[in-house]
Amino acid sequence: MIEKLFRGSKVAEKPYYQQFPPVVEWQWMLVVGVIIGAFISAVLSGEFSLTWVPGKWAEAFGEAPVLRLVVALVGGVFIGMGARWAGGCTSGHGISGTLQLTLSSWLAVVCFFIGGVATAMLVFHVLAR
Amino acid sequence: MLTALHSRKNLQLLIGLGLGILFGFLLQKGGVTKYDVIIGQLLLEDFTVVKIMLTAVITGMIGVHALRSLGLAELHPKSGSVGSSVIGGLIFGVGFALLGYCPGTVAGAVGNGYLDALLGGVTGALIGAGLFAALYPRLDASILHKGDFGDVTLPQLLKVNPWAVVIPAVVILSGLLVWIEKTWPVTT
Repeated sequence: MIEKLFRGSKVAEKPYYQQFPPVVEWQWMLVVGVIIGAFISAVLSGEFSLTWVPGKWAEAFGEAPVLRLVVALVGGVFIGMGARWAGGCTSGHGISGTLQLTLSSWLAVVCFFIGGVATAMLVFHVLAR
Repeated sequence: MLTALHSRKNLQLLIGLGLGILFGFLLQKGGVTKYDVIIGQLLLEDFTVVKIMLTAVITGMIGVHALRSLGLAELHPKSGSVGSSVIGGLIFGVGFALLGYCPGTVAGAVGNGYLDALLGGVTGALIGAGLFAALYPRLDASILHKGDFGDVTLPQLLKVNPWAVVIPAVVILSGLLVWIEKTWPVTT
């Protein structure tokens, strides 16, 4: 019944924000919670430290924060866009969707890893010194 | 049972926050709020990410389908198409490797103190999501519905009872988990 409700809707023709209105819902609070939860855990296990350049990146490309920030920013644009494009991310498709045995989620998560592994190999095994 | 929650917005916000704190705490404990762990996975050197995902999927799959069989929860399968799931998935994958975090773990990484996650990752993801919203009418008309297959689940596709897929899937994924653990033992 729910499926027909979704499939039968014609919302797809409307612009994105009409279909997905940008309001503060529980998902926003979830993100805030994730930051707080990770902070608590990191502090409790003595792992919290302000880091500009993560270790593995520094080994391959040096300690310069600017290069790392630029690449992180570009990567962020890709994940933001890709997550919207595919309709989910590593959690939404990768865990929540796959465990419901959804076809779109299994297809998406396989593509996440194909894209991710290929790019990581290119960056670390070809572009790095 | 859970549908009663759908109309209670404030309670939703509170539960969202609480579950977020729990999720963030466990992500950090699992080690996936760290760039080195995620990039290690994509370089196929460290299988922490896949192991966390597999254990979550196996337990969640049993739990959600049990709740569903008991009439306590409904599934929320996402609809997809080749144009959206495959192309979007590949774009996401490129970002996953360049950034070294995904949208959930980037928030955890901020809590862990990673400034590249905060200034690069979060900012970039917001730009990327905004860019997609701007392009949405054109993408929606062209690529997003190429090869549309809707919100079908594997049991629906095979026309079988969900448990006829859940049980073999749990066995296979558990076997995969054991194989990963034996092939790439944790060395630290």
